[in-house]
Amino acid sequence: MDLSFTPEQIAFRDEVRAWIREAMPPRIREKAAVDGHFEHDEIMAWHRILHAKGWVAPHWPAEWGGAGLDVTRRFILTEELELAGAPSLSPFGLMMVGPLILQFGTDAQRRRFLPKIVAGEEVWCQGYSEPNAGSDLASLKLSADPDGKGNYVLNGQKTWTTYAQYADWIFVLARTDKTAKKQSGISFFLVDMKTPGVTARPTLTTAGTPAFCDTFFENVVVPGENLVGPLHGGWTLAKALLGHERTYIAAVGMSTRVLRRVKRIAAATTERGVPLLEVPAWRSRIARLEIELLALKMTNYRALASAELGHAPGPESSILKIRGSEINQQCYELAMDLMGHDALSWHNEPGTIPEHEASVPPQFQYARAASIYGGSNEIQKNVIAKLILGLPS
Amino acid sequence: MNFDLTPDQKLLESTVASFVKKEATVSRFRALRDDPVGWSKSLWKTMAELGWIGLVFPESAGGLGGSFVDVAIVLEQLGAGLVPEPFVASVLCAGTALLRLGGPEEHEAHLAPLIAGDTSLALAWAERGGRYDPTWVETTAIRNGDEYVLRGEKVFVLNGHAADTIVVSARTAGNPGDSDGISLFVLPRDTAGLRIKTIRTMDGHKAAMVSLDGVVAPASMRLGAEGAAAPVLDEIMDLGAAAACAEGLGVMRAALGMTVDYLKTREQFGLKIGTFQALQHRAVDMFVRAELAKSTSILASIKVADPDPAERRSAVSAAKVELALCGRYVTQQSIQLHGGIGITDEHDIGLYFKRMHVLNALFGDEEHHLARFAAQPSF
Ligand SMILES: Cc1cc2nc3c(=O)[nH]c(=O)nc-3n(C[C@H](O)[C@H](O)[C@H](O)COP(=O)(O)OP(=O)(O)OC[C@H]3O[C@@H](n4cnc5c(N)ncnc54)[C@H](O)[C@@H]3O)c2cc1C
Ligand SMILES: Cc1cc2nc3c(=O)[nH]c(=O)nc-3n(C[C@H](O)[C@H](O)[C@H](O)COP(=O)(O)OP(=O)(O)OC[C@H]3O[C@@H](n4cnc5c(N)ncnc54)[C@H](O)[C@@H]3O)c2cc1C
Repeated sequence: MDLSFTPEQIAFRDEVRAWIREAMPPRIREKAAVDGHFEHDEIMAWHRILHAKGWVAPHWPAEWGGAGLDVTRRFILTEELELAGAPSLSPFGLMMVGPLILQFGTDAQRRRFLPKIVAGEEVWCQGYSEPNAGSDLASLKLSADPDGKGNYVLNGQKTWTTYAQYADWIFVLARTDKTAKKQSGISFFLVDMKTPGVTARPTLTTAGTPAFCDTFFENVVVPGENLVGPLHGGWTLAKALLGHERTYIAAVGMSTRVLRRVKRIAAATTERGVPLLEVPAWRSRIARLEIELLALKMTNYRALASAELGHAPGPESSILKIRGSEINQQCYELAMDLMGHDALSWHNEPGTIPEHEASVPPQFQYARAASIYGGSNEIQKNVIAKLILGLPS
Repeated sequence: MNFDLTPDQKLLESTVASFVKKEATVSRFRALRDDPVGWSKSLWKTMAELGWIGLVFPESAGGLGGSFVDVAIVLEQLGAGLVPEPFVASVLCAGTALLRLGGPEEHEAHLAPLIAGDTSLALAWAERGGRYDPTWVETTAIRNGDEYVLRGEKVFVLNGHAADTIVVSARTAGNPGDSDGISLFVLPRDTAGLRIKTIRTMDGHKAAMVSLDGVVAPASMRLGAEGAAAPVLDEIMDLGAAAACAEGLGVMRAALGMTVDYLKTREQFGLKIGTFQALQHRAVDMFVRAELAKSTSILASIKVADPDPAERRSAVSAAKVELALCGRYVTQQSIQLHGGIGITDEHDIGLYFKRMHVLNALFGDEEHHLARFAAQPSF
C-alpha cells in the first residue's frame, strides 16, 4: 500500500491547477471565490470548457470521451476541480445514466447518447420517485404499454425530479408487467422531454429555489429502441445506478470546500476582537469535523479504487451515503453557527453580510435533503443490516 | 415540588392555544412572508386587548403584573403556531429597557401605548464584532451641551423594520467590551440620520440593519443615568434567551405532533411507515428530547426572575444549550421523517425547522451559553 503521490502525479496536479486558473471564465471565477450559486447556463458553459480539454468524464473509458486517466489521476483531477470551487456538473448524465448505458446499453444506444452527454449537448434528469413510491421504489406505477407498433406508451407521474425544467432527456423506471411480482415487472426507458405529453412543473424547496419538479406523462410514445436492458429487467439497472449515485453522493469535495469556508468564516468573525478561529472550543469543533471528513475521504478513495479494479459499487457505498450526507449537513451547520447573527440573513441584499457567507443559509437548508434523496439514510441502514451484516428481515 | 399550572395559567394556556388555532394560523404566517411588515397590526391590537402584552409589566406601569411563567405559557403557544407578531422584540426587550430605566414619564409615553397594542418597539443592541455580547458597543454617543450625537451601526434589529420607536445602545464612555459607559436612547423611527434597512430573515420574518449617521438626540431621550445601562441589557439577554426556550418548546412540540401524524398516515412497502421500528424509536427520541427541553425551559422561566444574576445566568444558559441540542434534533428529524415532501416550501414542517434555527441563534447560541454556564461560580 502506498498513499503518497509520485513526482509525476504531483506534476499532473500542478498542471491541473494551472489549467483551472487559466480556463475559468471571470464570471465563474468571481462566484467560485465566494462560493456563490451557479445558474444552469453557467454550469453548462463550464461543462463545455472541460469537455474541450477532454476532462469532463474522468471515470469514462477514453473511447467514449472519457479522460483515460488512472485512478489516482482521477482523484487528483476531481479534487482540484472541487477545491477550485468550479461548478459541479449535472450528475444525471455523467454519473448515472451514462455509465449505465455503457454497461447495459446496445452499441446503437451508446453511439446515440454517450457523445451528447460528454459534449454537454443533452442534459438529463432522473425519473425514479413517484408520489407513492419513494423509499419503496419498487411499488412505482408509471405504466409503459406496448402499442403494437414497436413503441411503448407511458402514463403516470414522477415526483421530486431534480432540474427536470432544464433537461432534454429523462431516464425513467416504468411498469411493463402489472401481473409480475413488484420488482420483476419494471423496465428502464430513455425519454425525450420534448415528446408530446411530457410536462415538468417546478416546486419550490425550503431553500427558496425551484430545484425539483413534478413530471407528468400523458400518453407519451417512446420508441422501443429506447428501452435499456431487458424488458421487465429494469430493477437490476435501477440498483446498479443507485450504487453509482451513492458513491457520488459522498460529496467529499463539496464538504471539503464548505470546511474551507468554515475556516474562512471562523477567521473573519470576531467576538470581542478575537477571531473565532483562535477560540479553543471552536477550533476543536472544526478539527473534529475535519477528521471525520478525512475518514470519509479515505473510505471514498477505497471505494473508488475498488471500482477501478472493475468491482461494481457494492452495498458498501451505503456507508458513503450515510456519512457523506451527515458530514455535509454538519459542515453547513457549523458554518451557520459560526456566522452568529449573520446566519439569520436570508435572501441577502448586498452589503448586509459578508459576500462569502451569503450562500450559506440556503445551502444549509438544502443540505437537509442529502439524507433523504438517493435512498434515505434509513433505507441505507436497512441495506447494510441485510446485505453486509446478514441480519434477518 | 409542584410543576402544575394554576387554574388561571391553565385558562391562559387554552385561551392562547385556541386563539392561535383560529386567528393566527400557520397559513396566515405563510401569506405574511411576502408582506413588507410581516405581521398584522390588527392582530397585535387584539393580543393587547386579551392582556398578553400587559402580562409583562407590573401594575405600577399600567400592566397586569404577570410572572415570566405566564409569559412563557403565551410564548409556547405562539411558537407552536409560528406567530410572527413582535412579542419578544417589542415587549420583552424594548419594553423591559423602558420599564427598568425609564421614569413615570417614559412609561406613560411609551409603555402605555404599547400595552394598548397601538405601537410596537425594537431594541437595537447587536453589533457586528460583538456576536452575543451587548457590551460590545462601538456606536458612540458624544455629548454636546444638551444633546448627544450618535454614530454607528446595529445589526439584525428584530422588528426594527416596523417599530414606531427604536431603543438604541451607544457608548457615552469607555471602550467596546466595557460594562460601564453604555447608555440607551429612545429614538422615534423618523429621527433624522437614523437609517433603517429592512431585511428578510431565514425563517420568513423581517428585521432591520440600522445605521446612525450623526443622529442628534436631546439628553431627554436618554434612558436613566448616563453610562449605566449594561446590567439591564444583561437581564434583557436572559429574558430573550428564556423566551426563545419557551417559544422553541412550542416549535418542537408542534413539529413532533406533525411528524407523529405523518408516521401514522404515510404508507411505504404496504405499511404505515410508523410501523417501522427504526422510525418508532426515532419518534420516541424526539419526544424524549422535547420533554427534556421542556424541563430546562421551566427552570429558566422560574429563575430568569431570580435576584441573584449568577443563578439566573446558570439556569438560562443551561436551558438555551438544551434548546439548541433538542430543538435541532427534533426539527431535523421531523424533516427527515417527512422524506421528500419535507424539503418543499409548500409543506409547513420546513418553516418549523427554520424558526428553530433562528431561535438557536438569538440571544446567544449553544457555544455562547456553554461558555457562560461554565463561567458561573456554581460550575
Ligand atoms: C432534494 C431532492 C431531490 C430529489 N431528486 C430526485 C430526482 O432527481 N429523481 C428522483 O427520482 N427522485 C428524487 N428525489 C426523491 C428521493 O429519492 C425520495 O424523496 C426518497 O427516496 C424518499 O422517498 P419519499 O420522499 O417518498 O419518503 P418516504 O419513502 O415516504 O419516507 C419517509 C420517511 O420514512 C422512512 N422510511 C421509509 N421506509 C422505511 C423503512 N422500511 N425503514 C425505515 N425507515 C423508512 C424514510 O427514510 C423517511 O425518513 C429527490 C428528493 C429530494 C428531497
Ligand atoms: C446487571 C443486571 C442485573 C439484572 N438483575 C436482574 C434481576 O435482579 N432480576 C431479573 O429477573 N432479571 C435481572 N436482569 C435481567 C434483565 O432484566 C434482562 O437482561 C433484560 O430484561 C433483557 O433481557 P435479555 O438479557 O434476555 O435480552 P433480550 O431480551 O434478548 O434483548 C437483547 C437486545 O435486543 C433488544 N430487543 C429485544 N426485543 C426488542 C424489540 N422488540 N425491539 C427492539 N429491541 C429489542 C433488547 O433491548 C436488547 O438490546 C439483570 C440484568 C443485568 C444486566
